[in-house]
Amino acid sequence: MGASTMRSLRLLLPVMILGVCHAGWAQSPTYGLGRTPSAEEIRAWDIAISPTGKELPPGSGTAKEGAQLYAQKCAACHGASGSGGKAPTLIRSKSTSTASAPGNEQPCLAPCVREGNVMALHSPYATTIWDYINRGMPFLQEGMLKPNEVYGLTAFLLYKNGVIQEDDVLDAQTLPQIKMPNRDGYAIPEWKPGMPRPFSAKP
Amino acid sequence: MIHGMVDRPLEFTMEELKRFPSVSRIHFIECLGNHSKPEYKTVQETHGLTSCSEWTGVPLSLLLKEVGVQKGAAWVVSEGSEEVKGAGSIRLAKAMDDCLVCYGQNGEALRPQQGFPLRLVVPGFEGIYNTKWLRRIKVVDRYYMTYNDYGHIQKDEEIAALTFQWGPKSVITFPSRYLPAHWPGLVRRRRRSQGGSIHRRRPDLEGGPDSGGGTSKGAHPVWHGLEVGRTRVCTPVALHRRTGPGSTDASATRQTL
Repeated sequence: MGASTMRSLRLLLPVMILGVCHAGWAQSPTYGLGRTPSAEEIRAWDIAISPTGKELPPGSGTAKEGAQLYAQKCAACHGASGSGGKAPTLIRSKSTSTASAPGNEQPCLAPCVREGNVMALHSPYATTIWDYINRGMPFLQEGMLKPNEVYGLTAFLLYKNGVIQEDDVLDAQTLPQIKMPNRDGYAIPEWKPGMPRPFSAKP
Repeated sequence: MIHGMVDRPLEFTMEELKRFPSVSRIHFIECLGNHSKPEYKTVQETHGLTSCSEWTGVPLSLLLKEVGVQKGAAWVVSEGSEEVKGAGSIRLAKAMDDCLVCYGQNGEALRPQQGFPLRLVVPGFEGIYNTKWLRRIKVVDRYYMTYNDYGHIQKDEEIAALTFQWGPKSVITFPSRYLPAHWPGLVRRRRRSQGGSIHRRRPDLEGGPDSGGGTSKGAHPVWHGLEVGRTRVCTPVALHRRTGPGSTDASATRQTL
């Protein structure tokens, strides 16, 4: 048991090491490898937000609060109006193209950022937006946003794209209930190992 | 770290992962965006967003058995540790099938751009599932609609299924655009309307497979029969430029690229 906790080389990135003994000495039964992470460690890592919203932390925000944050933290890359910056368009409007500014196109995102398809709106669930802002934005300063700020920015983007009202309060309960425009726009096919790929008579 | 709907959430160091039994397998990884566009001219452009390596690592199924997957689990979310921490949902059935948690590529450690020190290889599924800089697997009961997921959703179930499981593809890489064949002895049979005589010619491959690039000049890429001795070999070539009804401009066929 002691040997694994005294391992000196930790190359797994990024690892939250508390440096104290943890309750629960479970290890992998067959090979005796691994350590049990604490509940706090798991909570800190558990940033994938289910469409049910069960991993959402406490907090709340509105579009008004988000507007200020957007100007401070997002506009530099995404454009003051939500488009025309070097980063993908976030706010759809009739007059703006939904592609990144010419010369700044990112080839991998191009298939998803088409006319009328503002990236953030394509998800059937608003939790995806919260998840992504929280885990990855602002680019190169990830992790600086507090939950309230993420709720505010999510509310701001949803308001500007016509999904919610300006005064709607987003929190862990209301966010998962938002009905996104593309709510029914996906199918999850069945998949089992070895099954043939399903082709009907369609060309 | 592997956690979620498991009996024993566990965190492994790289050293420990290398102590598990490992396998080495050769797999392609291909991007969903690997398809042709009208402006593409070469095979590299039309089919190039793919690569093949020998991957070395621990079967994910082995790790999942070690943590003990609970009843009711149906999906896993695999997450990377880069800036945006790209994460995607994968069916548990696939995770328990042939996914690999890899640290080796072609006999050496993963390269940084390939996800050093750890990545997931999901054989036969579209590229984005092959999470790089892997740091966490969460076992869950539903599709999580992550950022990686929603960019590739399809309303049609059949089309959606094709992102889960690629089929075989084939393309002729040589001869192709900018890679003409310079084989002595190949001759081109003239079209029958010109009388059927055989001329020695170096075939210039103006068009390549999938390309419509010749049409702007008036030549049409077609599958054309060439005779090598008495053997018929088919290869895509450009037709002669038409200078008049029933005639061909022989000089056009000697264009070099």
